[in-house]
Amino acid sequence: MTALLEISDLSVRFGPVRAVDGVSLQVAAGPFGLGLVGESGSGKSTIGRAVVRLLPALSGGQIRFEGADVMALRGRALQDYRRAAQIVFQDPDNSLDPRMRIGTSIREALAAHRLAPRRQAAGRVRGLLTEVGLDPGFASRYPHQLSGGQRQRVAIARALSVAPRLLVLDEPTSALDVRAQARILALIGRLRTDRKLGYMLITHNVALVGELCEQTAVLYLGRVAESGPTGELLRAPAHPYTVALRTAVPEIDALARRSRLVLPGEPPDAASPPPGCVFHPRCPLAVPRCRTEVPALRPAGPPGRLVACHRGEEVLRGALGRALSLTAPQTGQALGSGLR
Amino acid sequence: MRPAPPRLAIRDLQVRFGGRPVVGIAEFGLGEAEIVGLAGESGSGKSMTTLAVLGLAPTVGATVRGSIQLDGLELTRLSQRALRDIRGRRIAAIFQSPATAFSPVFKVGSVVLRALRLHGMSRADAADAAARAMRQVLLAPDLLDRYPMQLSGGQLQRVAIALALALRAEVLLADEPTSALDVTVQAEVLELLRGLREREGMSVLLISHDLAVVAELCDRVAIMRAGRIVEQGPASQVLSAPRHEYTAELLAAVPRIGAGPGVTG
Repeated sequence: MTALLEISDLSVRFGPVRAVDGVSLQVAAGPFGLGLVGESGSGKSTIGRAVVRLLPALSGGQIRFEGADVMALRGRALQDYRRAAQIVFQDPDNSLDPRMRIGTSIREALAAHRLAPRRQAAGRVRGLLTEVGLDPGFASRYPHQLSGGQRQRVAIARALSVAPRLLVLDEPTSALDVRAQARILALIGRLRTDRKLGYMLITHNVALVGELCEQTAVLYLGRVAESGPTGELLRAPAHPYTVALRTAVPEIDALARRSRLVLPGEPPDAASPPPGCVFHPRCPLAVPRCRTEVPALRPAGPPGRLVACHRGEEVLRGALGRALSLTAPQTGQALGSGLR
Repeated sequence: MRPAPPRLAIRDLQVRFGGRPVVGIAEFGLGEAEIVGLAGESGSGKSMTTLAVLGLAPTVGATVRGSIQLDGLELTRLSQRALRDIRGRRIAAIFQSPATAFSPVFKVGSVVLRALRLHGMSRADAADAAARAMRQVLLAPDLLDRYPMQLSGGQLQRVAIALALALRAEVLLADEPTSALDVTVQAEVLELLRGLREREGMSVLLISHDLAVVAELCDRVAIMRAGRIVEQGPASQVLSAPRHEYTAELLAAVPRIGAGPGVTG
């Protein structure tokens, strides 16, 4: 695939904390979605920030956009990049000025990039609001007069105002209730084709990437645990952590929650990660090798699948599934066993 | 599970805010060791109902009419002083953001111990009860010596639940207790709440916008819209064969793995 964005061997450290540790990812030219899934502290937001150059420096690796080294961009080229790559954050309240009317907030972006003469700006704002499914009359309202879902639409409209080719969506629906979330996801689905967008969808909920992302990478403690085509990865995970993320999603259907893998404990401290595989202290399949030898991210199973697990092939063949179905869910058991 | 007689009984509850009716509930009950969901979108009146039950609605400027009974005791006629004795001790509450339940400048243990002392425990009893409750929520008691910022969101929510346990609360109001947590941590907290009902006989009122969370945990569910209950019944029944269109809309919004049209790469 021709990559719009190519991240290779990216590392970001904050003091002793390795927030991102040797991550390689690609976003193809749009319409294309890459899902980045993981818990708090997995490094997914740091990657998003690095991509839109919100970090002063990288500790290692490269980010290339349409072939150009993003960190080396200066002056005019950097300003062009800031137009081409936009980000939408989790909480629209932090990205919209409460004292600024919605229309003014969006016009500010157009003005900063000198994209619309003043006379045309109002018309552009109305067009953008309509595109994200809002009444153009909202331009004269203040953020507090809108619901959370509507404010998130405004944040998306403002990101779109500069006609980006790459959008980083950092937990765009986590602050919303499920109905507002469903509407925002539908909007992203429409925009991806209308605008031919390439995007990274960052989320802790693996259920959200299924409909919107061709490829998905699962992150744990700053590293890729596994990656591959979204549908396959969700259908047959190759990493025990993906199984845990997948089965943690609450289900309406009682049958679907029969075999749940609940991980014991918390993710380890990224400032002093455990030796060997960083996941081994919480892994139900860990063997002695996992405590000493760091698993490389390697091909496993069908083409395009990569996994960083010594026992990836066994997981793909359903080793964990069999263990789970043998272990009936029990309430009130100690967390120690890992399997419940 | 049949609630008879309900531990918490709401009848003809009317909450008005700025002259506008925001909650109107004809009848709602929560039985012993029962978990009931109150589900709806933002603004449907779920949280205002929680505040009314806690006797806190007036503090945000809302007026409450009607009847809220705890084991036959009429809460709406109690003085603030008498309510203070019930809040926390008999009816505990946990909220969406556990960080707001703890002061950032105090160790979580000092907040927990102060609450236990306020409800009449001696210093030694309070320390024992706090340590025991921490183990019940599967946390090491020495985490009580930490400040809120040194704990994860999931750990903090567990400490908030431990406080309810230490006070031996009969009713736990859980207002979006997992909405701010990762799905993995959410699964743990839901498991913990399930266990509390089974082992401690605690009654839980779960407020949530997510019907999948309700499905995971609740015996019964009431669907709220614009302050009113549009449908209620056994959770499995309501969620598998909704009778109200609004319930069906909420169900359709729940993200499902692999349910969508899918995109091919």
